[in-house]
Amino acid sequence: MRTLADLSLRWKIPLRVVAAVVGTALAVTAALVARDYDLVRQNLEGHARSMGRVLAHTLVMPVLHDDIWRAYEILQSAHEPNPAAPELQAQVVLVTDADYRVFVSTRPRAFPIGTSAAAPGGAYGLLRAELSRGGPTDQRILEPADSALFFIMTPLIADGVALGHVILAYAKPALLPRFLGQVGRAAWVTLVVLLILLPVSWVWARRTAQPLLRLAGAMKQIPLELEAARLADLPRSGDEIGQLGEAFRRMVAEMKVKQEMERQMLSSERLAAIGRLTAGIAHEINNPLTGMLTAINTFQRHRDDPQRAERTLSLLERGLSQIRNTVSALLVEAKVEDRSFAPEDIDDLLILVEAEAHAQAVRVVVDGRLAEPVPLPATLVRQIVLNLLLNAVTAAGEGGTVRLNACTSPRGLTLAVFNDGAHIEQHDMPYLFEPFATGREAGHGLGLWIVYQITRQLDGTIAVESEPDATTFTIEIPYGKSE
Amino acid sequence: MNRDNAPCEAAGRRTFLRAAGAVVALPVLPVRAEEAPVRIGLTPVFLDDQMSFLSEWRRWLEVKLGRSVVFVQRGSYREVMDLLLAGKLDFAWVCGYPYVLHRQELKLVAVPLWRGGPWYQSYLIVPADDSRTKTLADLRGKVFAYSDPDSNSGYLYPRYLLTTQGENPADFFSRSFFTWAHRKVVEAVGIALADGGAVDGYVWETLAESHPDLTRATRVIGRSPPLGYPPFVARSDLPTAELARFRTVLLEMAADPQGMDLLHRLRLDGFTPGKPDHFDEIARMAARVRNP
Repeated sequence: MRTLADLSLRWKIPLRVVAAVVGTALAVTAALVARDYDLVRQNLEGHARSMGRVLAHTLVMPVLHDDIWRAYEILQSAHEPNPAAPELQAQVVLVTDADYRVFVSTRPRAFPIGTSAAAPGGAYGLLRAELSRGGPTDQRILEPADSALFFIMTPLIADGVALGHVILAYAKPALLPRFLGQVGRAAWVTLVVLLILLPVSWVWARRTAQPLLRLAGAMKQIPLELEAARLADLPRSGDEIGQLGEAFRRMVAEMKVKQEMERQMLSSERLAAIGRLTAGIAHEINNPLTGMLTAINTFQRHRDDPQRAERTLSLLERGLSQIRNTVSALLVEAKVEDRSFAPEDIDDLLILVEAEAHAQAVRVVVDGRLAEPVPLPATLVRQIVLNLLLNAVTAAGEGGTVRLNACTSPRGLTLAVFNDGAHIEQHDMPYLFEPFATGREAGHGLGLWIVYQITRQLDGTIAVESEPDATTFTIEIPYGKSE
Repeated sequence: MNRDNAPCEAAGRRTFLRAAGAVVALPVLPVRAEEAPVRIGLTPVFLDDQMSFLSEWRRWLEVKLGRSVVFVQRGSYREVMDLLLAGKLDFAWVCGYPYVLHRQELKLVAVPLWRGGPWYQSYLIVPADDSRTKTLADLRGKVFAYSDPDSNSGYLYPRYLLTTQGENPADFFSRSFFTWAHRKVVEAVGIALADGGAVDGYVWETLAESHPDLTRATRVIGRSPPLGYPPFVARSDLPTAELARFRTVLLEMAADPQGMDLLHRLRLDGFTPGKPDHFDEIARMAARVRNP
């Protein structure tokens, strides 16, 4: 269900105008009703007071002369109905003597001559009590709460002596018919005002809402259709809506600049990634090449040893197939069947790093060997170990020692490469596996990044412990990922 | 038709000449205007508040008398009687009661005939919704309306009745008041302002025809024996010729079509010369009330 807050401004503004008009009409009507009642009341009271005074004056002689009939005729003339203002006609006019007995009244049956005026009871009983209060010459108004009448009591004074009272009883002004009349008139006026104001407010609402609706529509196009949003017909004015449109245009322009920058950044990033990949491939091809060239060099020097020739050829074959596998990894469709990592691979790796180790005068020791092939892709594991060994040889430095330990468990293969060179500073640890994050002058900083990428590909883990003269990289690779 | 127009022309001319006299101050006045108008006092023994009737009657009398006529009305019988006795009026239509009180100083002119005779009754009335009151005696301690202290039917008769019953009229009722007209006694009793009242039977019966709503609100509980109808009287020093002329006009009223029409509106049959002893019964009652 739509709440009022969800309504479009197109409806809200006319509704608010209606509410304002109706509210004003209600307030004005209430004020008018109250004022009208006051006026009627004052008018009636003034009329009743002057009528009481006139009657009291006129009745002095008939009362003094005990002329009941004349007094009655005077009351009758005061009691005549006035069609123009029926509320000004007294309901009862009563003349009492000094003992509150009826001298004459306009209703002889209800107030027989000579009986107590309090006899009818109700408010008339209260009047007698009221007469005993206040000055004897005061005109009094009594408005008993439980009576539909209110009373004006005027003393009949002859030469300063109170002969009795003239009591006029009037109906209290009826509130309801007046109220209904006023409300009816107010309703008509309100209707007329609404008939005039509603179309005006309708047009006004459209004029006010239109730019906001256009703005809202334009905002919905962000960020996908920025160009359309930029071209949207937004209000151009000095008021808040105009300012909003201006701000929106500015915002769209800024977003466009930002989007352009992002696109440029994205393409340069892609170029960097391609460069990184190329560098990685070059690095991986380069790694076995050095070892193989060394092996060929050694073979040329001992050409007549057939056994050596055999070994050299075998090493070259494995080295070249590693390169082929590395290259084929780039070509998605050319999936090359890989073999399992075997004990000979460790010999190969030692030979491949031999030249480097020799140049650095680093001793490479193998602490643990494999007894049989493990079900892990040889090319990837060789890549890991070759990278770690070359890094370790470099890290061990002149006369250092590098240790390789390979052991198997039922769950996987654990490889540990140790060197006793300079340790890795603590603040370098977080960036260890990021590309080009090298701590050395030589090298590309791609070795550990490749190790990390391959290990993750094989669902393995890498642990690094480094303290002065003892840095160990431990790789655990579970079986079963790539069979 | 000629008769109708004559007084109009006469009146018009008089008015004109009076105005002319005032301006030119020439005392060339017609013979008629030199004579003082006939002054006739009226009392509420009949419905004296019918102004159009009075004006027509006055014009008729002026034609018949050949003199201008002035009707004089006052608030009470006594004022009219005082004017008559003081010689300020020539004639008056008064009640039998003041007539018998001043029989020596007045001359009887004529007595109207109502329902065939020079008689009428006093009616005792109570509000129509009062079904318990049967006689005047039941009104003890109540409020009573009299018409006029000089009225036979509206004052003397009920007081006479109380006197014959051994009551003192002065304190029999708790309150009593005068309405100064019979018609208003009917009104006062009708609205129960008074618990009972005494009224001229002729007025009550006439009202019963012309304003039945007034009489319907009352109930007649008693009627007096026939009493002398209110007569036309003249001041004692009035020239005999004038008295005779006026008496003739009244006696011949029934023979005149227009006069008959006027009489009919009064519900009267005509006039009879009448005799003073017509009113002996009233005189007897008055004497009885004075000396119970």
